[in-house]
Amino acid sequence: MRKLLSLTLLALAGSTAFAGGYRVSIQGQKQLAMGHTGVAVVNSAEVAFFNPAGMAYLDKKFNLSVGANGLFANTKFQNSQYGWEAETKNVGTPFSIYATYKLNDWFTAGLAVYTPYGSAVEWDQDWQGAHLVNNIDLQAIFIQPSISVRIGEHFSVGGGPIYATGSVNFNRNLSMNPLLSDSEGNPTDVTIDAKGINAWGYTAGFMFNPTDKLRIGMNYRSEIIMEARGGDATYNDTPSFNPLANTTFNADLPLPAELTVGLSYEVTDKWLVAFDYNRAMWSAYQALDVEFGNGTSSLNPRNYKNVSTYRVGTQYKANDKFTFRAGWYFDESPVQDGFFAPETPRNDSMGYTGGLTYQLNSKLGIDFSFLYLHFDEVDNSYDYSTDPITGQPNPDFGGTYKSVVFSPGIGITYGF
Amino acid sequence: MKNKFIYLAIIAAGFASCEPEFENEVGANYTAGDADFTTYVAVGNSLTAGYMDGTVYKSGQANSFPNLLAQQFALVGGGTFTQPSFEEDVNNLGGFAGVPNSTRRIIDASTGTVENIAGTPTITTTSQATAYNNMGVPGAKSFHLGFPGYGTLNPYFARHATSPTATVIGDAMSKNPTFFTNWIGANDVLSYATNGGAQADGTTPAADHNLTGNMNPATYGSNDITNSGVFASVYSTLINTLTSGGAKGVVATVPSVTSIPYFTTVPYKPVPLDNTFATQLNSAYAAYNGGLDVAFSNGLITNAERLQRKVVFVAGKNPVVIVDSDLTNLSGLGLPSYRMTTSQDLIVLPASSFIGTTVGGDPLMINGVSVPLANKWVLTANEKAKVASATAAYNNTIVSIASANDLAVADMNSIMNQLVNGLQIETGQIYTANYFSGVATENKVLFSLDGVHPNARGYAVIANEIIKVINEHYNANLPLHYVNNFPGINIVGSN
Repeated sequence: MRKLLSLTLLALAGSTAFAGGYRVSIQGQKQLAMGHTGVAVVNSAEVAFFNPAGMAYLDKKFNLSVGANGLFANTKFQNSQYGWEAETKNVGTPFSIYATYKLNDWFTAGLAVYTPYGSAVEWDQDWQGAHLVNNIDLQAIFIQPSISVRIGEHFSVGGGPIYATGSVNFNRNLSMNPLLSDSEGNPTDVTIDAKGINAWGYTAGFMFNPTDKLRIGMNYRSEIIMEARGGDATYNDTPSFNPLANTTFNADLPLPAELTVGLSYEVTDKWLVAFDYNRAMWSAYQALDVEFGNGTSSLNPRNYKNVSTYRVGTQYKANDKFTFRAGWYFDESPVQDGFFAPETPRNDSMGYTGGLTYQLNSKLGIDFSFLYLHFDEVDNSYDYSTDPITGQPNPDFGGTYKSVVFSPGIGITYGF
Repeated sequence: MKNKFIYLAIIAAGFASCEPEFENEVGANYTAGDADFTTYVAVGNSLTAGYMDGTVYKSGQANSFPNLLAQQFALVGGGTFTQPSFEEDVNNLGGFAGVPNSTRRIIDASTGTVENIAGTPTITTTSQATAYNNMGVPGAKSFHLGFPGYGTLNPYFARHATSPTATVIGDAMSKNPTFFTNWIGANDVLSYATNGGAQADGTTPAADHNLTGNMNPATYGSNDITNSGVFASVYSTLINTLTSGGAKGVVATVPSVTSIPYFTTVPYKPVPLDNTFATQLNSAYAAYNGGLDVAFSNGLITNAERLQRKVVFVAGKNPVVIVDSDLTNLSGLGLPSYRMTTSQDLIVLPASSFIGTTVGGDPLMINGVSVPLANKWVLTANEKAKVASATAAYNNTIVSIASANDLAVADMNSIMNQLVNGLQIETGQIYTANYFSGVATENKVLFSLDGVHPNARGYAVIANEIIKVINEHYNANLPLHYVNNFPGINIVGSN
């Protein structure tokens, strides 16, 4: 049963990376609609993700929030010097399931299942940047049991362990040199594939309510390193003079730590504003180094930097039936100049969000959210790839990239 | 109901905005400038035909530089570009049906040697009787292009000449070109050079008609050097013809043969010997060396020639012994015209599989050592100077006629010379004029396995250099080809 569940979840989680690296900030319909603020917002069970400490302040004994998004990511690439054009269009379905249960006035337990990391990029096979990536599909699901403990009237702490399970599938051509190709001239490529990569981490935070109107929150989610061991490496279209045998691979992919601080303020009974600041410790991602079972390796410097995201969101309760939300955020890209690889072709972005809840009755509501991510077009390149035949650096691969990401979402909130 | 339509419209607008748009699309600034690429015609020789690895084959022809140029021209109004059909070449082997060892050359990884790819060539000389945009004819010299009935002499032109008396230039002009490239002249010196300055028999010296003064190319031997006056006259006529309809174009200079691997791969001292064998050989040549001393003391040769001609082997790497017909004829003394190669001589590529072989299996008859190499194996310093002088004269003609007609010049001679020391292209990659010498340096090789013609990657470099010249001269803006993505050497697991 557990296996079946995880398979179903993986099928759902075809997430598409956008903004910071392969982080997908879509962890709840209500909070996404508010610019994905939430470390100091107590709205629904979604707080189990944003700041488990806040679970204790939920009014209802039981809270459930379930939602999913359609994530449409589209990146175009061009280079006028060589007349290149390429495009990748991908659809993902990040989802989240949150439940909390108040055991007593000071102790609340919860469970969060969500997909904070993922990446799907699919360029045309053998496109101009094929020596860097043809396609990648990276998925991770976090399962996080949590507790929240109130300490007095104004303060709570919360946290819990995170069980992460993920998979990776990545294909690239071995070389830009057609020397490595089959007799038909199809370039030799390799697919690395690993499933069921598991790792542990944790989350912890606090919430402080100095007044009835003001909440202050802080949450930390630890780094989790996904260690793929003994995955399958499959060579395709190998040259007749060097028929590469399929082998295994090992690789580590860090899912970086994230620190969030923020506040929310009830301007009136109906009107709430929230501000979050995220700091993502992307400097953990120094390189994607793949060690193959046949003794070869592929070293791919990434050299990501730590970055910040600035979020603002607001919510207006129009009446018992309708609540409206809107938000905005600025998301820095962890990718540095010269390391702009087409597997995560993202630069700084601005997110515009909106949404609403339609409350069917006191227990059940339907949430809608909408995200539009705007990217300026950017000229950048990846300058650190190496040709495996010669061991010499490849030419820089670059051009102009332009991305658009768009994501409508729907969910339900249930509580009593 | 009306509301539903509004919602649908909003959703549709949302999805439409999901389409990224660049401020300037990739082709926004491409322009033909002052040129008109509507009908592009290429005239020339094997370099224009896309000849590589010793032949024209289907996939090789696809990477001919005119075809690569036409792909970029198509972005700014260039029309269809046709090449002589190689659909007959079903197995992509090249060569000619019935001609042994005529298929394209490959590296056989199981033996590590250069070989003709296995298979039976299927290309015939059946005439397609069609004028094509690519009128590059392998083997053509300058004066061949206007020679009526050249198809009877050249199987490549026989395949597409529009009539038995057609000329290459006539067929080219029947396309009414608006733009042309003309890269002709290499064979006017190259066949002399690749044959080591010998006629087809391999021993008799071929003529340099700059020295004979012979102005009638109809009387030239196939390996002779064309008189530069003849070249100038022919070239002028070609350009007048090509520009007669107002066409613009690019002309290319003739590369120096000294910059191509056919002449630079085999070192002048290729023979390793131990002390014992060197001593044996020296005693075998003692009579010849002694005869030279006699000739000198009788005033028949200078001391410099006496020293030049002495054959002396040492332990270690040695030059080869050659027959040099430019030496003073001492047959009256019973002395042949032998000497050892110097660093000024160029040993041709095919000699690499000949030097060191024995004559009739006799271990004492070693080619290049105890049996001197015939004329055809070596382009001597003298012969090299004749080639260089003719090349320079042709190039002066090409540049001045281009200038008089306001045509762009692609200085291929200069580009090829840069390759000798390493040519860095726009991607940062450095290319050399070296022959294939292993997989680890294959990415720097621009020449195909025949050692004379570029490989596909080399033709991409040539196309790019011509594009740069067009962009400059005709105020055009055409994109370059990405050279690193073009194939170089073909290696097969076994042949």
